Amino acid sequence: MNPIVPMISSTVVAATPLIYAALGETIVEKAGVLNLGIEGMMLIGAVAGFAATLVTGSDTLGFLAAAAAGIALSLAFGFLTLNLQTNQVATGLALTLFGIGLSAFVGHNLAGTPLPPLPSITIPGLTSIPIIGDLLFHYDIMVYLSLVLFAAVQWFLTRSHAGLTLRAIGESPGVAHAIGKPVLTTRYLAVMFGGACAGVAGAYLSLVQTPMWVEGMSAGKGWIALALVVFGTWKPMRVVLGAYLFGGVTQFQLFAQGFGLPIPTEFLSMLPYAATVIVLVIICRDPKTILLNQPASLGISFHAAA
Amino acid sequence: MENLQIAADSKPRLVLNGITKRYPSVVANDDISLSVRPGEIHAVLGENGAGKSTLMKIIYGITKPDAGTIMWNGQYETITTPSQARRLGIGMVFQHFSLFETLTVWENIALALDERVPSAKLAAQITEVSEKYGLPIDPYRLVHSMSVGERQRVEIVRCLLQEPKLLIMDEPTSVLTPQAVLVLFETLRRLASEGCSILYISHKLDEIRALCDSATVLRGGRVSGTAIPKNETNESLARLMIGGELAVCSLTPREPEEVRLELDHLTLATSDPFGTTLKEISLTVRSGEILGIAGVSGNGQKELMAALSGERLSSGTMIRLLGHAVGDLNPAKRRELGLTFVPEERLGRGAVPPMSLAYNALLTGSRKGMAQNGMIYPTVMRGFAKSVIERFKVKCGDEQSVASSLSGGNLQKYIVGRETMLEPKMMIVGQPTWGVDVGAAQLIRQALIDLRDQGVALLVISEELDELFIISDRLAVLAEGRLSPSVRPADTSIGQIGTWMSGKFNEPAGHGAAGAPLMEVA
Amino acid sequence: MFVLERRASPSFKMAIASPILAALGMILTGFFLFSALGKDPVEVFYLFFVKPLSSTYDIGELLLKTTPLLLCGLGLAMGFRANVWNIGAEGQLTMGAIAGGGVALWFGDSNSIWAMPLMLTAGVLGGMVWAAVPAFLRTRFNTNEILVTLMLVYIAQLLLSWLVHGPWRDPQGQNYPQSQGFGDAETMSVLVDGTRVTWGIVYALGLAVIFWVVSQKTIAGFRMQVAGMAPAAAAYAGFSEKRNIWIALLVCGATAGLAGICEVAGPIGRLQQQISPGYGFAAIIVAWIGRLHPIGVVFGALLMSLLYLGGEAAQMGMSLPSAITGLFQGLLLFYLLAADLFITFRLRRVRAVVRVEPKPAVRLETAA
Repeated sequence: MNPIVPMISSTVVAATPLIYAALGETIVEKAGVLNLGIEGMMLIGAVAGFAATLVTGSDTLGFLAAAAAGIALSLAFGFLTLNLQTNQVATGLALTLFGIGLSAFVGHNLAGTPLPPLPSITIPGLTSIPIIGDLLFHYDIMVYLSLVLFAAVQWFLTRSHAGLTLRAIGESPGVAHAIGKPVLTTRYLAVMFGGACAGVAGAYLSLVQTPMWVEGMSAGKGWIALALVVFGTWKPMRVVLGAYLFGGVTQFQLFAQGFGLPIPTEFLSMLPYAATVIVLVIICRDPKTILLNQPASLGISFHAAA
Repeated sequence: MENLQIAADSKPRLVLNGITKRYPSVVANDDISLSVRPGEIHAVLGENGAGKSTLMKIIYGITKPDAGTIMWNGQYETITTPSQARRLGIGMVFQHFSLFETLTVWENIALALDERVPSAKLAAQITEVSEKYGLPIDPYRLVHSMSVGERQRVEIVRCLLQEPKLLIMDEPTSVLTPQAVLVLFETLRRLASEGCSILYISHKLDEIRALCDSATVLRGGRVSGTAIPKNETNESLARLMIGGELAVCSLTPREPEEVRLELDHLTLATSDPFGTTLKEISLTVRSGEILGIAGVSGNGQKELMAALSGERLSSGTMIRLLGHAVGDLNPAKRRELGLTFVPEERLGRGAVPPMSLAYNALLTGSRKGMAQNGMIYPTVMRGFAKSVIERFKVKCGDEQSVASSLSGGNLQKYIVGRETMLEPKMMIVGQPTWGVDVGAAQLIRQALIDLRDQGVALLVISEELDELFIISDRLAVLAEGRLSPSVRPADTSIGQIGTWMSGKFNEPAGHGAAGAPLMEVA
Repeated sequence: MFVLERRASPSFKMAIASPILAALGMILTGFFLFSALGKDPVEVFYLFFVKPLSSTYDIGELLLKTTPLLLCGLGLAMGFRANVWNIGAEGQLTMGAIAGGGVALWFGDSNSIWAMPLMLTAGVLGGMVWAAVPAFLRTRFNTNEILVTLMLVYIAQLLLSWLVHGPWRDPQGQNYPQSQGFGDAETMSVLVDGTRVTWGIVYALGLAVIFWVVSQKTIAGFRMQVAGMAPAAAAYAGFSEKRNIWIALLVCGATAGLAGICEVAGPIGRLQQQISPGYGFAAIIVAWIGRLHPIGVVFGALLMSLLYLGGEAAQMGMSLPSAITGLFQGLLLFYLLAADLFITFRLRRVRAVVRVEPKPAVRLETAA
């Protein structure tokens, strides 16, 4: 059996939650807000989505519940950082710790219960093409929706007036406020969007990829999504490409086993984390890259001077 | 050129009555009233901190007054947001530009407009309006690639596109060369002749007397008087502005002595994509003289300061301090050799905002006995801070007050005082009196002159040309990262300096004979 | 209507009061949560706050948990004050445990007096080496340390997992993923009979005093403070940013590494898969509760220790999931951040804008 096709398919599946989470955070950071709580929101989304699907039997409701859970948590983050001007780094960490704890608490009784995975779609005529059919047309609906999300985010940022406003706010909220732009509202909406995306990303893990609820099942993917935003220099296209690259790295374990490489499994598991570090070093080396691409107000609290 | 559109009894366009605005530590505006007619160029005159900016923010809807009324074309209005102000027909060009550097001109303007205009149509409008008023700009340029003067044009064109009935200009000439100021005045006069009212905020008396029809003078948040500028002298306006006489600084001529600072073809590439590269800068500063470096912001001043202080390292021999090659030494080591410097930014660079004045003395004063063997000696530190406060008349609680609680002028006095009491051999000062009230500005300038008289060598970088003409023994101009030759103020004119500011060091002077002011008052 | 207004200078009283307020907020939320779950809130309160202090053994357990929290918290507080965001103390703790534990296993049952000092040194060095990586990457390559330190946590934990599953697995351990138990010379001796308290707490408290002196009274401490409060001012003063970053991270690594070796050489007594229930992360909260001040960190560590013990007791006594501790930790930090708002801002009631009676139109006058 040709091992290449399943490797590529599993890469795409592994990349999909990263795409959702990273695209969401791209919008958040473009608006000037640094939300480090992605890991916590993903786990909340994972457990909420799993629980909803378990109870209702509908995957759609599961993903919707996950998005709602992500939004709810992100609202707490938004209230603290936007209204109360708390330090964004510390608040994001608090969100992660809280999300990890809450998801484990809520999911305590759900661990170990299996669920049927989200079925892959079949397009008559296209899916049955040998090799190409499996590579392109045989994924679950969320994979295709992630690409739709990419297109939407790209259009929003580059073509729409609202996207222009968001970029301006991310560069200089003080100036945007002075010319009458709704800084707080825009940032709230961005943060909520990021929360919804992170929630959906988490639900993808518990409803499609695994599909089961396990405590802490994201295992750092939220942090990798953060690194992807930097790696992609806040440009959606690069972020998505980076996600596929990382998807491949996380799947390397399977590749190695498939090829019978004698590397201990723990070292293979280290690869995504080591790769993240290397990728960050490469991007951050030249200070001009960051100066030209990072939204200038990222992480700085905005207080509308009276 | 007289503005014939203002009839003495035409109805006022804007009337402010009893405007009051209080903040926790200060009453910014106290019962202010003024009136502007259509086609009138009305100056709002006052020194830093008099309340001009607050008043403009109220008119433009950024801030709400605590008391008072606004009447627009005879109707009472409550202006709650800038977009409402714009709908009424009020436009504002800010002193600190509200532009987004990473976006293009048309994107910046699109953000400020209240209706959506397709980008091609907007670009055409921008080109048309900017050329009509003599301020041409390219709509597709990225703002960060534009000079400060060009950026101001974007701000002005942005307002003009909305066909304002009242245009507020907040300190517009601090970023312009003398020639560009004349162009601006032409634009404003043209606008006024078309019926637009102009509120011109400034503290520059020559300009106000050359341009404005009428003036309201603010002092300490209150209206201290009104005037027709053309009928006044600088002295009478200054009296209204500061309530007393403008003290005069003068330099007694002296022979400068040995070379303290020498720059030898200093070339430094910038690491900031929005910055300026320094090219082949050579100068000398001797003991007992003040070298003033003029220039419009954005021509390399920040980079030159950083290279001189050691915050940015360069090649060893390009900078010589008292004969030693110091280009690769950090600020602490340069201080050990006798260099002190007063940076452009007070809070956050010259002083740590949440720390007390006493601890802020430790920032640069560790040689003065307050730190030995790695340990801090708080009593010595506090004593030093107290003597700075006393000698330089810094208004504060005491040496334990935090730096951020001081007014701009007092903090600047403290920083200048601290650096002075380190007994330097060479002192570098950036923007010594920016944002500082007149009283403190006087004291600071006199302190610099006193240091010069005691034999210290000083290099002062400033955007206030008038100030440099007063305190410099010699003057040079920094333009696009290059330095002009240095001249004595008496041997040059504002016109020549203005020409040099555009980088043309070899061309003859612009308007005016040596020493004569550039602007003629009618 | 209420409006938030910046204070003229930060309020010291609120800086002390806010952790107390946050703790109260957390307790109240806990009350509601437990009532909703059908558990008796008073019993929970007893388990969390009274039982851990009720006997010598219990107080010993409290001090035992305080040790790693205090050690990590001290280093982190110094780092945060200098604007160095080390999120990976957990990884540095793990590496300290691995390094020190490796030395312990090498000594085996030899009963050498060199074992313990070398183990402690190795632990400290192990943590420092792991912290040197983000320090190097930040000073040389401008790489932000938040993500790097975090990634290194996962790598360190995987390394430990490999060691206890593979080369260092106890041959007599029935295939359980753990190392051989450390010998007597390699285990920290108990300080007080009837408890499990070791010398670790003494080291931790001693370091707290040293940190306090250094940060308040030395130029080095001043430099790091300035670097955190106003990096441009630090550059202006000629304080080397690179040196500050190295010091902050190496100190963090050292204290976390020491915490790691104290854990495995103390109460655990061997190397195993799980050597820390997230002490390195909880220490971040400890540092914040302690207002980034060494003395405050001591109190913060004690409070966090109570939370851990209470969580364990609740898990055993009331069959609540162990995640309850993490939940409350996150909640505590949330409340703390919110309460901290009032250190820099105050609430002020705003009167409605008053309309003044219009005066006659102003006429232009010439100056006298």
